[in-house]
Amino acid sequence: MKKRWICLFVENEIGTLARIAGLFSGKSYNLDSLTVGETEDRTISRMTISLTSDDMTFEQVKKQLNRAVEVIKVVDYTDIPIYIREVLFIKVFHCNEADKVELFRIAEVFGLTIADYDKNTILLECTHSEAKNNDVIKLLDKFFCNRLEIVRSGGVAIESISLTS
Amino acid sequence: MDIKGTELFVKALKAEGVDILFGYPGGMAIDLFDALYGEQEIEVVLPRHEQALVHAADGYARSTGKVGVCLVTSGPGATNLVTGIATANYDSVPLVCFTGQVATNLIGNDAFQEVDIVGITRSICKYAVTVRDRKELGEIIKKAFYIARTGKPGPVLVDIPKDIQQAYGDGEYPEHISIRGYKPNSNVHAGQINRVMEVLKSAAKPVMLIGGGVNISGAGKELTRFAEITGIPVITTIMGKGAIPTEHPRYVGNIGMHGNYASNQAISECDVLLSIGTRFNDRITGRISEFARNATIIHIDIDSASISKNIKVDIPVVADAKSALKMMLNSAEELKISEWVALIGEWNKDNPIHMDNYKGLTPEKIIKKINQMFQNSIVTTDVGQNQLWTTQYLELDGNKQLITSGGLGTMGYGFPSAIGAKLGNPDKAVICITGDGGFQMNLQELATAVALELPVIICILNNSYLGNVRQWQEMFFDRRYSSTCLRYRKRCNRDCQNKEKACPKYSPDFIRLAESYDAKGIRVEKEEDMEGAFRAALENRDTPTVIEFMIEQEANVLPIVPAGKALNEMIMEG
Repeated sequence: MKKRWICLFVENEIGTLARIAGLFSGKSYNLDSLTVGETEDRTISRMTISLTSDDMTFEQVKKQLNRAVEVIKVVDYTDIPIYIREVLFIKVFHCNEADKVELFRIAEVFGLTIADYDKNTILLECTHSEAKNNDVIKLLDKFFCNRLEIVRSGGVAIESISLTS
Repeated sequence: MDIKGTELFVKALKAEGVDILFGYPGGMAIDLFDALYGEQEIEVVLPRHEQALVHAADGYARSTGKVGVCLVTSGPGATNLVTGIATANYDSVPLVCFTGQVATNLIGNDAFQEVDIVGITRSICKYAVTVRDRKELGEIIKKAFYIARTGKPGPVLVDIPKDIQQAYGDGEYPEHISIRGYKPNSNVHAGQINRVMEVLKSAAKPVMLIGGGVNISGAGKELTRFAEITGIPVITTIMGKGAIPTEHPRYVGNIGMHGNYASNQAISECDVLLSIGTRFNDRITGRISEFARNATIIHIDIDSASISKNIKVDIPVVADAKSALKMMLNSAEELKISEWVALIGEWNKDNPIHMDNYKGLTPEKIIKKINQMFQNSIVTTDVGQNQLWTTQYLELDGNKQLITSGGLGTMGYGFPSAIGAKLGNPDKAVICITGDGGFQMNLQELATAVALELPVIICILNNSYLGNVRQWQEMFFDRRYSSTCLRYRKRCNRDCQNKEKACPKYSPDFIRLAESYDAKGIRVEKEEDMEGAFRAALENRDTPTVIEFMIEQEANVLPIVPAGKALNEMIMEG
């Protein structure tokens, strides 16, 4: 079992997301995250999909995706240089002054932004790779256990320039 | 000039060469039916249930090679298509199914007879789409036919809301279409074919495993020629049966759960397996770890997703079966495999499939009688024992075709598909071999066959049971016949040991049933009455004939490879 990344170009049409998501659920493929958005061509949407699977299943996933009429192109991002980012928001509740100082320090060290805050609550924004975001969550959980609200976006990925040019 | 959506619909059907349409009207399809009224070029057939309607279109498509076209209304009309669409999808049958839909401004409002049919069918068809703009109607219909009939064929669903049907717009129907996400493969990789031929050259015990893809591709002649030149024995799946004549010396038999001994043994022992157009379904492979375990496996298939899905393949070739076989014929030569061929021949001679342990009227005798009496024919089957016996005993050659629901295994398929086949092939005898269970799932189509004066011959192998499940219950569930007796009455006790048996003689009386529809009904209880019944059916040219064969109630389909066992662990007698 291994973590994989797929970049998927699809028709920007009603039902395409359901088609792709349905393929994963219908065939029992394990889907870790899926993000989707319009591209420079408005008729095309681009998905970044991450999943964990063995080699044989992953081959099937790619073939099955390719088979769908709505899919224009499947690119395997697993073993090529890519830039990948996931947006993570973390709200920390019940902060006293010492907590706030600690959070500002953590933000500085880990490259988080303070997106918003009031008397007792701080909202952190963290745009990193999925793995680094996991580390940030682990760290904050140590300090502020049961005081966190977390939302994360799933990764978006693009090939590094050396590869595209 | 602007025309109505319904007019463009009819224009599109004509441009696609549609001469027959299977339709069932309703509120959201009434405009489309109105546009078809009085059309000379398109015959509209009205089956009595939408499930039977798709199966009929499916039988028409399989027997003619053309696209089967369905038109039904929204809601229940559309949902009744589901089983038939899944059936066609599994066996790669080209269909275009049009469904009426509530007007676009009502979609999502839980309107009367509204259902998200595109959402429901998305995973069981090749492509499904709702037309949301009158401007797109022509292009979408063009796309639907193109997708259905090219590459690995399959069903496509086009959902047309009522306001789109009624709206005026462009009257042009496109001649060509290009879909950026859909480019069927038409090439054959010469390098891979060379590798295939090299491996075959050094093989000592090669066999071919032929699936339905070869029949769909119409590659029977090429396959037969290839087998004749190389001498490689040919084994088929149920869907591949008939790709090479069953009486051909190179033909071994069917593989799989109810395949014959020689085929299953040969697959288990071969050193090179050349498989074409099969997806290695579990009914074919038995326990996968034991399947052709010592063989180099070559797999030619038009669908790359079928390759290395269930069986790990050594040499993959993504190609249409006919194109690949044509290329292979260029360098085919005789292989030195006479000992292997002789061994398979001995296996076959020593282990024939037979029903000698049952007395009187057996399915073997009935099907062999059909072999003898019908030369230019199409045989459709239902699903269950009737189907399995047919695939074991039916002889096929270029003039005979077998139509069966192989992948999905849909009960109720046999009779309506025979109606479709007969409509597409009025000059051929069309015989449906079915069971008393499966026939009752779509028997209302007697009305359709009578109305259209279709002399389809329906052979009901009546054993008063859901026979295939009963057989499993007998063999693997200690004879606990749970919900499989079709003559059950409330006053029977559960274990069927009631001394004063409550079972009725007939349940139902199929002869009276046939007659109530103005069809002909013949009951056959003795072997010697078979021929007379078939003769009477042949003479009855204006209505269908139901021949009810009263067969041994607890006859089994043998041999059998129990589920989860390896192919060479088959049970020969039981």
